[in-house]
Amino acid sequence: MSNKDAYWNKTKNHMIVTLVLWAFFSLVIFMFGSELNTMSFLGYPLAYYMTAQGSLLAFVIILFWTANKQEKIDEEHGFSEREDD
Amino acid sequence: MFKGDFIQNLPKIYGTYTGGFIVFIILMALAEQAGVSAKNIGVMFVAFTVLIYALIGYLSRTIQVDAYYVAGRQVPTVFNGMATAADWMSGASFVALAGGVYFGGYTYMAFLVGWTGGYVLVATLMAPYLRKFGCYTVPDFIGTRYGGNAVRAASVFVLFIASFTYVTAQINATGTIASRALGIPFEAGVWVGLISILICSMLGGMRAVTWTQVAQYIVLIIAYLIPVFWISSNVGGGIFPHLMLGDEVARLGELEQQFGLVKNSAADMKAAGVPGGLKYISGTHSGVPEGGMAVWKYLSLAICMMVGTASLPHILMRYFTTPTVRAARKSVAWSLFFIFLLYSSAPMLATLSKLALMDPNLPTGIIGKSISEVQSIEWVQRWSEVKQVFIADFNGDGILQLNEWFMRGDVVVLATPEVAGLPFVISGLVFAGGMAAAMSTADGLVLAISNALSHDIYYKIINPKAETAKRLLVARTLLVIIGAAGAYIASFRLTSILGSVAWAFDFAMSGLFFPLVLGVWWKRATREGAIAGILAGIISGTLYLTWVFPKFSVPIWGGVNTPFLGIDHLRFGLIGAPICLVVMVVVSLMTKEPSPATQKLVDDTRIPTGKAILGKQH
Repeated sequence: MSNKDAYWNKTKNHMIVTLVLWAFFSLVIFMFGSELNTMSFLGYPLAYYMTAQGSLLAFVIILFWTANKQEKIDEEHGFSEREDD
Repeated sequence: MFKGDFIQNLPKIYGTYTGGFIVFIILMALAEQAGVSAKNIGVMFVAFTVLIYALIGYLSRTIQVDAYYVAGRQVPTVFNGMATAADWMSGASFVALAGGVYFGGYTYMAFLVGWTGGYVLVATLMAPYLRKFGCYTVPDFIGTRYGGNAVRAASVFVLFIASFTYVTAQINATGTIASRALGIPFEAGVWVGLISILICSMLGGMRAVTWTQVAQYIVLIIAYLIPVFWISSNVGGGIFPHLMLGDEVARLGELEQQFGLVKNSAADMKAAGVPGGLKYISGTHSGVPEGGMAVWKYLSLAICMMVGTASLPHILMRYFTTPTVRAARKSVAWSLFFIFLLYSSAPMLATLSKLALMDPNLPTGIIGKSISEVQSIEWVQRWSEVKQVFIADFNGDGILQLNEWFMRGDVVVLATPEVAGLPFVISGLVFAGGMAAAMSTADGLVLAISNALSHDIYYKIINPKAETAKRLLVARTLLVIIGAAGAYIASFRLTSILGSVAWAFDFAMSGLFFPLVLGVWWKRATREGAIAGILAGIISGTLYLTWVFPKFSVPIWGGVNTPFLGIDHLRFGLIGAPICLVVMVVVSLMTKEPSPATQKLVDDTRIPTGKAILGKQH
């Protein structure tokens, strides 16, 4: 398998992991909204907290994490851009 | 002055600008103390900030194609994040989002999740690859990846429908705010707004829009956050509302039980003469509605907004301006961070505002008091005069019930500072913030449309030999025409028939999402497949919209139709996008696989290093 193919396979897997996390925080937890709302976080009902703030924050964290991880994959395979590119 | 030096000095330049703006706010506060009228403070806030944007627009003028289309691809990560956040957060986000949460509660907040979660799709599926490609516009990618004028024109068509739906609403918002702040008629306000928008974008294209959007972001975020924190400490919500409103949310639940959530009949409201567009609280704030259909309604709306976000050209094109692919990825993360600052504050503002009005223990509370007493409150009188709030005593007991208090959603942002006893200088600041939000989005949209028409239709299809000067002349002329067309429609207040901004997301996802994603992620996708997919998606989505939306379905289909599986007019992308996907895959598999040259082009798009597919000048 060429370096390019190996790189693309890793990138694809990383994309899938990112989208699974995304689906969890955007869709899966809201399938159980009424159950979650019986629990509380910071004094807020949990489902309310997640839609008002929690999931939004999770997306921000996912995005920084995914960009850093992808940069590592770039470096491993020698596809990292020089700063002056 | 906009070469290397300028880029290195950006933190200093915008730092000084932010400091200057804060000094201006303090000066206005002093002016208020000295007796300058509230109206004049509003005028000064809007005029001062708009003049600054115009100055930035003028200083960023350019005669170079790549500066005009992609800001010379030298916008640093964090600044591009701010510009994207301003591009993204519209006048509607600024003035209406908190109102939406106020009336809709948990159910409405599917929009919050949708309008943020979409950025994960942008970052993983699209932005870095489109940046590597080196295109000037979104149709430029589709036209080059699939090859040919037909597919390019089809994608311009979708871009036009989606962005134009959105832009009239933005120009409408600019007009509303300009007319209120400057005290001029709405129609004049629309044209004032348009001229402000054009000054920011006409001379410098994307470069000018980028640097004004950064300036607009700074104004709008200050204007949103200061009141939220201040109101919170004034009504006893604590100094950091985001972490401290748990008790307040619980208290709202108690108050809802105490007052009762009653639904008014349409006949009652009509008889009482409730002005159009005013709403009342009939659902719970934090409660989750029971049942599978309610869950599906929430999820389907979130899906449409997320997938739509990842297909909207005026957002995607912001990531063409970063220096590298890596910077494009990071920039998406920063964009969402800056958006998060405002979006996470909207529910807090809604909670505080609701509590201030509902809690009888607070001096600001009005529900449960006698109607004559409420009607004598100064802010109630002022907002009643302009038909933004309304009281209807349905049960005739002289006491204000929860279902008898009507209010326009915008009032939550525009009047809560006043209700909570903040000085007027804050209201002036909020006007400036709303204007910044509406202008920055309108600029991005008008530019997205006119760039697609000038680059993809004029230069790539009609006149490929055109010289730089002529291309830019065409681009600027189209910018003015598109802006004027938007303002013309907005000035007739026809926006009610153009429908909701949510439609822009559904149009974009119906026709653009899968052609963009598959263009990068599936080498087998062919030109014929893309053309068929784009057309099938946008046509089926639009037909479904006309079928399900009563204002269209009655004249066209002869009656009101029940939404299929709960897919109403806000969610029609759920019809268009899957049809687009199926048609695109089937037709691609039926046609000959793309040439080796195209496959190599896709391979090159997938790795960050190496030459861009499209040259620096194309």
